[in-house]
Amino acid sequence: MSFPWAKPYEPKHPLMKWMDEKLPIPRLVYNATGPGYPVPRNLNYFWNFGVLAGAALMIQIITGIVLAMHYSANVGVAFNSVEHIMRDVNAGWFIRYAHMNGASMFFIVVYLHIFRGLYYGSYKAPREMVWLLGVVIFLLMMATAFMGYVLPWGQMSFWGAQVITGFFSAIPIVGEPVRQWLLGGFVPDNATLNRFFSLHYLLPFVILGVIILHIWALHIPGSNNPTGIEVKDEQDTVPFHPYYTAKDGFGLGIFLLVFVALTFFSPNMLGHADNYIPANSLSTPAHIVPEWYFLPFYAILKAFTFNFLWIDAKLWGVIAMFASIALLFFLPWLDSSPVKSSTYRPLYRWFFWVLVADVLLLGVCGMMPAEQPWVILSQLGSIYYFAHFLVILPIVSRIERPLPMPNSITEAVLAKHAPDTVSGPAAA
Amino acid sequence: MVRPLGFLVGLGFIAALVLAIFTTPLSNEPNVAYSFVKHPRHVKLASDGLVPHWDKAQLQRGMQVYKEVCSACHSLNLVAFRNIQDLGYTEGQVKTFAKGFQVPSINPDTGEVATRDGLSSDHFPAPYANDVAARAANNNAIPPDLSLITKAREGGKDYIYSLLTGYQNPPANLPAELKPGTGLHYNPYFSNLNLAMAKPLADNQVTYADGTKASVDQMSKDVTAFLVWTAEPKLVKRVQVGWAVFFFLLIFTVLAYLSYRNIWADKKH
Repeated sequence: MSFPWAKPYEPKHPLMKWMDEKLPIPRLVYNATGPGYPVPRNLNYFWNFGVLAGAALMIQIITGIVLAMHYSANVGVAFNSVEHIMRDVNAGWFIRYAHMNGASMFFIVVYLHIFRGLYYGSYKAPREMVWLLGVVIFLLMMATAFMGYVLPWGQMSFWGAQVITGFFSAIPIVGEPVRQWLLGGFVPDNATLNRFFSLHYLLPFVILGVIILHIWALHIPGSNNPTGIEVKDEQDTVPFHPYYTAKDGFGLGIFLLVFVALTFFSPNMLGHADNYIPANSLSTPAHIVPEWYFLPFYAILKAFTFNFLWIDAKLWGVIAMFASIALLFFLPWLDSSPVKSSTYRPLYRWFFWVLVADVLLLGVCGMMPAEQPWVILSQLGSIYYFAHFLVILPIVSRIERPLPMPNSITEAVLAKHAPDTVSGPAAA
Repeated sequence: MVRPLGFLVGLGFIAALVLAIFTTPLSNEPNVAYSFVKHPRHVKLASDGLVPHWDKAQLQRGMQVYKEVCSACHSLNLVAFRNIQDLGYTEGQVKTFAKGFQVPSINPDTGEVATRDGLSSDHFPAPYANDVAARAANNNAIPPDLSLITKAREGGKDYIYSLLTGYQNPPANLPAELKPGTGLHYNPYFSNLNLAMAKPLADNQVTYADGTKASVDQMSKDVTAFLVWTAEPKLVKRVQVGWAVFFFLLIFTVLAYLSYRNIWADKKH
């Protein structure tokens, strides 16, 4: 499961020896995140985001458990119980704002983690399973975040639940019964709120379980790295501890500084004013908009405005929105290039950055009302999104001529530090 | 197998989108009201920014405006009398203040509906017994609860201040269909341009104990400041705690960076 030169765990203290015989948890930790796990020496700061996502999940679980001690999942009192937390519970305002913005921070680091994977080809063999489990985590996160947003039972909670569960009613014949079954009624009501609370409490622990599988699957081939070249020998690696624990400690500090700035200085910046109005089934907000992390997908949903073939526009939108995430499951096989890192993929690199711009554009479109030019921009953006993964990527990976690659990670590192004799005397 | 199938699926989505582009009109339906709606005017309060504090004199004046004007129609359900100690009142003053209100209760002997003097632990009583009564008294529009109003509207405090000071006669070029109907009042800061609430404030409507001149602008600012406090009584504390946490983490991060550099000093990467 690890490289042959990995430092073996040798307990010295009698207690640790005793523990190692009975329940070798210290051995597990040592070999997974300690000196016993060799990691490529050349990881850049983009490799911090996995640990940060884990930290974000732990913050969500801890703040969430405390919130659940004070929150009441009943449509009559849910809204006021959140305000009770904000006003009367000791440090309740802090716990609630941390949980609210913690969700945003979790998505920020996970999106950076995903795009890191896309740029450096971390989804390719031998790490396909790591990627697949990652997509599962992403889907679980989306479900959890959506249900969490419903819990304060504000206007956006209620109408968000109405719109999102409405996706299912686009399915012919079974759609409406399925929607009613999911909601436990004809509209979001107490049954909905209760089950969403139950599932919102459950799913983070499911995510935790899948994260353990994600890390397990990662530790079999070991981490990818910015060159995309696999580890060849001992000098390509450093032990995880202390090298990457130290680097992750610094990354965690930066992450927490941003988190704190958001939570304490501008806690409602990423939220919607409407969610401070109690849910009212008789009054629809002027613009129903999901949380920012769903906006690109919401834009894809809204981009389909034409009944094409025998499928109506709404169903096209729903299928496309789910497909836009589901296609990530096939990514390791859509991209047939053996070269992982975009550093050596001159053509793919361009399309990668166009995809980044495209997703940002879709995010803006998702936030805007259904007016021009946002409709056409979201349509063009959606075209590129699907074209990128399903058309461009398979073609590019076939026709692209990769740049010359170093023979090993160490060679790449040493080349970077070698005096530059080509570009002039200044480097010497 | 994956690639040809993916290619076909991709072409399907692209075809549906291309057709959608050609069948969606490129011009928007004109919305005349947009051109009359104004962006909220900025109002500066002591509770703004990164070093906020509560201007207690202003909050007290704002509460006076709420009590003497707004509370005739608007509830303040989330605020308890005990909370106004934050505004600089003593415990005794709060008790006396609470006593001035009658709150719904039951007769302890007969169980019949009754009222009693307010206690510090009571919340501000609502002006109407229920939504039906609120509608009936207000041209079919329920006056919203004000506890969270500065957080519950786009534009926040600026919006509330602008709305209170923004009442005016409709402009001459306003199309007939946008003119205020019976029982409605023109205000360009309101998204529909016409709202059911009549201009609530007039100069010298309240008499401030501290001698501040009660202009419409002053009263609007004061009540806005008060409603910023009701929406988030922990706002100032939040930012203060934030700085302490921020500097703590800044020191942690600097130390973490130095140890990172130290550990990697002998390793090229």
